[in-house]
Parts: sequence; C-alpha cells; structure tokens
Amino acid sequence: MSYETVIGLEVHLQLNTKSKVFCGCSADFGSAPNTQVCPVCLGFPGSLPVLNRRALELGAKVAIALNCRIAKKIRFDRKNYFYPDLPKGYQISQFDQPLSQHGSLAIVSGETEKKVRIRRVHLEEDTGKLFHQNDYSLIDFNRSGIPLLEIVSEPDINSPEEAYLYLTALKSILEYLDVSDCNMEEGSLRCDANISLRKKGGKKLGVKTEIKNMNSFKGVKSALEYEGRRQADLLENGERIIQETRLYDAEKGVTEPMRSKEEAHDYRYFPEPDLAPFDFEENFLKAIEKDMPELPEPKKNRFIKDYQLSNYDAAIMASDKSVADYFEKCAALYDNPKIVANWLMGDVSAYMKDNNILIKDLNLKPDQLSGMLKMIDSGVITGKVAKALLIEIIQTGRAPEKLVKEKGLEQISDVNLLETAISQAISENPKSVEDFKGGKDNAVMFLMGKVMQKTKGRANPNKVNEMLREKLKGAK
Amino acid sequence: MELNTLTGHRLIELLDKKDISPIDICNNIINKIEKTENSLNALAHFDKEVSLERCRNIAKGAKKGALWGMPVFIKDNICVKDELTTCSSKILKGFKPPYNATVIEKLAGLDAVLMGKTNMDEFAFGSSTETSCYGPTRNPWDLNRIPGGSSGGSAAAVSADEAIFSLGSDTGGSIRQPAGVCGVVGLKPTYGRVSRYGLIAFASSLDQIGPITKDVEDAAILLKAISGRDEMDSTSANIPVSDYVSGIKKDIKGLRLGIPKEYFVEGMDEEVKNSIKSAIEKLEKMGAICEDTSLPHTEYAVSVYYLVATAEASSNLARFDGVQYGLRAENIKSMMDMYKKTRKEGFGDEAKRRIILGTFGLSSGYYDAYYLKALKVRTLIKRDFEEAFKKFDAIITPTSPTAAFKIGEKTSDPLTMYLSDIFTISANLAGIPGISIPCGFTKNNLPIGLQILGKHFDEEMILRIAYNYEQSTDWHKRKPKL
Repeated sequence: MSYETVIGLEVHLQLNTKSKVFCGCSADFGSAPNTQVCPVCLGFPGSLPVLNRRALELGAKVAIALNCRIAKKIRFDRKNYFYPDLPKGYQISQFDQPLSQHGSLAIVSGETEKKVRIRRVHLEEDTGKLFHQNDYSLIDFNRSGIPLLEIVSEPDINSPEEAYLYLTALKSILEYLDVSDCNMEEGSLRCDANISLRKKGGKKLGVKTEIKNMNSFKGVKSALEYEGRRQADLLENGERIIQETRLYDAEKGVTEPMRSKEEAHDYRYFPEPDLAPFDFEENFLKAIEKDMPELPEPKKNRFIKDYQLSNYDAAIMASDKSVADYFEKCAALYDNPKIVANWLMGDVSAYMKDNNILIKDLNLKPDQLSGMLKMIDSGVITGKVAKALLIEIIQTGRAPEKLVKEKGLEQISDVNLLETAISQAISENPKSVEDFKGGKDNAVMFLMGKVMQKTKGRANPNKVNEMLREKLKGAK
Repeated sequence: MELNTLTGHRLIELLDKKDISPIDICNNIINKIEKTENSLNALAHFDKEVSLERCRNIAKGAKKGALWGMPVFIKDNICVKDELTTCSSKILKGFKPPYNATVIEKLAGLDAVLMGKTNMDEFAFGSSTETSCYGPTRNPWDLNRIPGGSSGGSAAAVSADEAIFSLGSDTGGSIRQPAGVCGVVGLKPTYGRVSRYGLIAFASSLDQIGPITKDVEDAAILLKAISGRDEMDSTSANIPVSDYVSGIKKDIKGLRLGIPKEYFVEGMDEEVKNSIKSAIEKLEKMGAICEDTSLPHTEYAVSVYYLVATAEASSNLARFDGVQYGLRAENIKSMMDMYKKTRKEGFGDEAKRRIILGTFGLSSGYYDAYYLKALKVRTLIKRDFEEAFKKFDAIITPTSPTAAFKIGEKTSDPLTMYLSDIFTISANLAGIPGISIPCGFTKNNLPIGLQILGKHFDEEMILRIAYNYEQSTDWHKRKPKL
C-alpha cells in the first residue's frame, strides 16, 4: 500500500521587540526570574492591555514577506483556559480576524520548487514559564506577555524533508527581516507539527496526530519520520490512527502520547473587550511595505540576472542576508562574481565552519579578498598559494599584497627557475617518466605535484605543465 | 460643627476661606462613622488612624489641588496601592494591590484625602449589597432595607453623611440604582469617559467608575476630577474633558426630553410612577418640552445584559485561582485541586452563578445562539437610543421600578433581583451616560430616583437638567434619621 504523507506546521515565533506585546516591560531574554513583570503581564486584578505598535509592525512585515493579505481591521480575541503559567486565565490572541491570511512560502529542493500555502499569521502573547520540582512548581513570568507570531501552514507539506526545508526557508526570511532570534534551542522559535497519511491519490485527509516538543529543525524532521512510519505500520496492520497529541522524545527518537488530559479544550473564544478593534492605518502599512528589505527570492533572481550566477550559486549566496551583503561588496570590487561566489562557498565557508564563526565575525574584508583574487588573475600568485594566503590574511588581518611580498609567495614563471625543479622532479621519479611514455597522461599531474612541492606551490602551473610535457616528450 | 452634613462644594468654599481645615472635616466624618457605622455597615475597610494621618499630611501643605483636603471614599473594587482591595469577596482576602487605579492617582494628584473603602456586592454582582462577604449594608432611610447595589456602601455612606464624595462603579446600574434608593446623586459616565485601569473588572465592555454624591454640583466636580484619556486603558476615549461645573447652571428652556413608553409598564409601583410624573411636570414648568418616545428593544435588555455581562465576567474572574494573590485554599493535593478548592471556597453563590451562566453562554455549541445573538441585539438597543437622540436632548425615566425593598426579600429568586436593574441596564449596553437624582419619597419615607440619560459624552446635558430640577426642589436637602 502506497501512502502519501500530509504535514502541516505551526510555528510560534517570539518577536524581538524591546518591550512586551501588551505592556511596557522589557522583553529581554535571560534576566533573573520575575524581574521583568508588572501588573499587566502578571494578570493582576484591574490591569488592562495596551497594544505594542512595534509588535504589530513586525508581524505585518512577516505577513508581507509571506505574501499574505493583511486584514483591514485588527481585532483580538480571548482564548480561555486555566493553567498557572497563564495569569489572567485567558490568552489574548486572534481567532477569526487574524492579522493576515492566504500567503505562501516557496521551498526549493534541488531543481524543484514548491509553494506551501500559509493559512494565517497572527499576533498573540506568550505565557510564563513553569519549572517543576518534586512536589512543587515555580513560575517565571518574565516570558508572560512576550509577543508571539503564530504562522500556520496549510497541510501542503508532503515529507519530513520538505518540512525541514520549509523551516529553513522560513528562518531565512525571518532573519532577513530581523524580527526574531529564530532560535529553537532558546525557545524564540517553536514548532508543532500535524501529520496524517492517506492512500496515494486520495483526496480526503487521514486522521492526524499533533506532534510537540521538538527542539530543532532536525528534530522536527526526525520526529515526522518516526511518526510517519508509526502511522504507516498501524494502517498496514488494519488498525486505526487515534487523533491525539504526541510528544517527541529526541533521545529515544520516538513519539509518545501526552498523558495529561488536555484534549477536551473549549476555549470559548470571544472578542477581547479591553482592546477596541481598529483599522490598520493605510499610511502605517505603506511605511512598513516601503521599509521591507529585499527578500531571499527576489535577491536570488537579481543575483542571477545582475551577476550571471547559476541558480544554485545564487540561491546559496542569497539565503543568508549577511553573506549576500558581503558577496555584493566583494563583487563591487572585483569583476568576476562567479569566482567570488566560488571562494565564498568553498574556502571561506570551510574556514567559518572549522572555526565556528559567522560571516559577521570573519576577519576578512571584501577589499582583502578582492585584492587577493586580482593577484591570482595577474599571475602574481598561484591559486594554490592563495588558499593558504587566505588563512594568513584572516589570522593576521594584513593586506594580501604585503603578505605576499614579505613571505616571498610570488608565482614563479621564470623558465630558468622552474627548469631546476622540473629536472629534479623528472630525475627523482623515473617511474612516472615510464608511465607517461606508456601513455598514462596523468603522470604529468603527479610530476606537477612534485614540482609544486619543491616550489612551495609557487610554480606557475601552466608553464610547468608546458615545460614538463616538452621535456618528457624529448626524454629517452 | 457638623461639617460632614455639608456638600462638597460648600466645604471647598469654607476651606478656601480658611474657615475650616481638612482635619476638621475628617474628624466630623470619623465621629459620624463611630455613631452610625455599626448599624449601617457601609464601609469595607476603614482605619481612622490611617485616614487621619493621610489628612494631616495633606493639610500640612498649602492648598494646591482642586480637591485639597476633601475626603473621598472608594468602592472596594477600585485598586488603592498597598490598601486592602477585596471586591467584598473572600477570594481576595488580604489582597493589597501594588499599584493605584488611575482615578486614585488623579484624586491624589488633586490632594484629596483617601478615607477608606466602601462595601459592595461581591465583585459588583448584585443590586442590594447583600452578597458582600462583610455582610449587607443597610439603607439609612430604613435599616431593614437594602441600600441598593452593587455600590450600596458608597450610596449609604453619602446618604448618612459618613461620606461627602464617593466613587462607585456601574455595570448595569450599580451607581444609579443605589443612589436612587438612598436619596443621593449617582452618575454613570459614558463608556470610555473615565479610565478603567485599576477597576477590578466585572464586564469590560460595560463597567464605568462614577461619582456618588449629595448633590449634582458635587457630582460634576468629582466627574471632572476623574475623567480623561488614559494611556493605560485602550478603551478610554480621547475626548476633551468639559468643565462640567460651569455647564450645569444654564437653564433648560426649550430642551427636548423624551419619555420612553417602555419604561412605564403595567403594574409598576404607583408611588414611583406618580413621582416621576410630577418630576416631568416640574421640568415642563421650567421650560423643557417633554414628549413620549419609544425604545422598542427595551424588553430584551435584561436578557442581553445577563449574557454579555456574565460572559465577560466569567473570563475576567478566571484569574482568581490561588496562584499569585488572594485566597489559596489549604490542604490542596494537586494543581486542579488548588483551582477547585480555592474558587469553591472563595466565591459566593451569586459569583458562581454568574460565572457558570457566562461560561455556558460562551461555550461551544451555544456561542452563536446566546452570546453572539446577545451582541447583535445589543447593537439594536444602542440604535434605539441613537434614533431617539436625533430628536431629543435627553431621556427621562424612573431609576428603579420600586423603592428600597427589604433585606432578604429577593435573595431567594435571582431573576426577581435581576429585574431591579431593568431601567438602568440599557444605558450600559448602549454606552451612554446616566444620572439618578432624588425626585420624591414614598409614604414610608423611602427615596425615589429620577434617571436622566444623555448622548455619548454629553454628561454636561444630563448634569444641567439634573441641576435645574434639583434646585427647584428640596428632595436633596432631606436627610435620613439615623
């Protein structure tokens, strides 16, 4: 039996406003417990909420970036339930008139592009945080009232891999907009997933389960892989799927049903009477639209057009805003953007990975990189030398031109100088000569390597290649 | 000297002339309280030493604020920083808010003396002050009768000269109805006129804080002091505050007053009916033009109110859970146990009744038929008034269908109790301002109240009509014999 996987993702994103969504308390992360609180976010009797305009602005930015339609009238609703981390006994959220609806997010897998529809993006407040001890619990209300953006996708995602791609594409956009820290480990980005199976080609949705407690994008993917298999096994055995909420256990790699009876919630949504509905001012919206940065998709397309990058290269260059900005700075100083992209995707990226840093911490200025590339072009240094030189530049912060001079790294093209090294290489490696004579052309590469070793990578490779072949042809 | 029997504006005059000092007023009030409070039970929290100390501190300085040295009593659902604020409920036992309501900040800024908290129906649920955890307040005109509710403590205190200025709150009539049955003045401002920040919420879309005073001029003074846009309350209106006092003295010649036929029902109390009729005649003699009108959806007002208000109340009272403040039940075994025991022990019967009713009206499967439907009818009720106000400057009605009833008379039948608010409720649903002033007495010497309703933010108009009527009569000068 062939099943189609149907997945919907619900992301909760903490917005990086200075203060909370309904009061003036600081929204900073990591302070001592209950030090960023006031009567409003503590739900004290008599307190009233006042909307943080910036939270609305950031929410609108995300909605626009996700191609959603922004609501003309903004209205909030109360979601009523009892839990100690919810001090008012209700959460101020948005129910039937959300901030925005009907958007989309493109996910790219290799050459194929797919649009995942976004059902809605709305604004709400976060709860406090509970810490369970043995026979008591503690609550920290610093988090109570932090602005949250809820982004709900349609069930258009058809594999755990696509779910992963969706989350990375979403994060990329969110980082571009600089609206959130987007950190799943810290809790500024949370994700719940709904998954069901149906027979391939079927139209009706199968019974879905909700998966919670995933703490990383990879965790989401793994959890969905497990759950998909679990459901498929049940269906194969003719059993039914129970609609329930399951928690992912990253250590065991499994999902398990939630024990608490939190299923039967009637939230009794009704319009929040303390926040009068208002029109989303046209001028405000226009200002937000004008202030939008160029997003990854359009930037990628512009890179393809303006810099003649391939789709693949452009996508990588555009996926991170800091990298994209860096790339463009370099491209402005050097006339071959493709080469810039290669170096960024290759050696520079490797260096950053090895040293666990981001491009904003990279000690390599665009003019230093372009300076080095120009020296390769003009034959001052070889490509091989450049690879080591790159590290030198980063570690010392010194200009490439100076380093090349001081360390004597110039390319050797002088025939006389090369002659010695080449003769040595040939005489030391008679077998290679034999191989070449026997028709093995790559013996030349082997000998070239030896010449490079002798010249500490400084030999002009084309010249060496030319001279080697001549010598070998003429050798006995 | 019995300064406590004088009006606020008279005392302000005397203070200005330096004939008296704030301490004199404070002492007279304390004396009266010591004489009558045991029989009245109008005050929920009062400490005479604390009040005197406050008074002394203010009296030390020279007169600055407009209410310098004037005593004010505050209903127990309005937060006063570090002072007991309990909504006359066990569930807020010992609660002292860490902040002041905006109206308290305003009064303090005008150098008023905060004297104490007045008794009320628990969480403002009631029309008789009988659901208070501190026991009922009694009507100074007849100690066996209710003072009205839920601001019964404030109305009784003012009526008995235990207080001069007081604040109440009005969600369905809780300022006007007690003012009516206690023979004093009570004004519910337009929704949004006065900040609700610090008012412990009953129904967020209906609540307003307002003055309960001895006469109309005092109400105008107090209204001006507490009105205005508040950045902490998103529902407060950005409309300038008129000088309500100067407006009241204009005459009422040519003003058009509507008398809605739905408010003069079959079988209504004859004495009330006759009082109102006489009052209307008086107004006509003063030059106003009184004409019949209709507010066709009046009959639905009580039902709409008991769906909308209880729904909002059920949500507003969810925060009373024993987690952070107020009562937490003992011997609790789990989180659920804490919630259940605390709320079971902490809430009185009427509070529980309204929470259940409100929860039901919002619940899945019933929301559309009850809550949503009620919201729609509410709009129709509001439109009735907007229509009437196209033709009329104000609307005249009785405040209550009867004068004060006996304590215990209606407690066994909540529905009968709910009908006491029948004439006041619509104003809250429509958001319009309303004032109750004395317009007569029954043969048992019980006060009868006249209600004047006005357009949104037209408090000036209803104060003016009220003042003119008041000054042409002596009702406001009569005092209960305590």
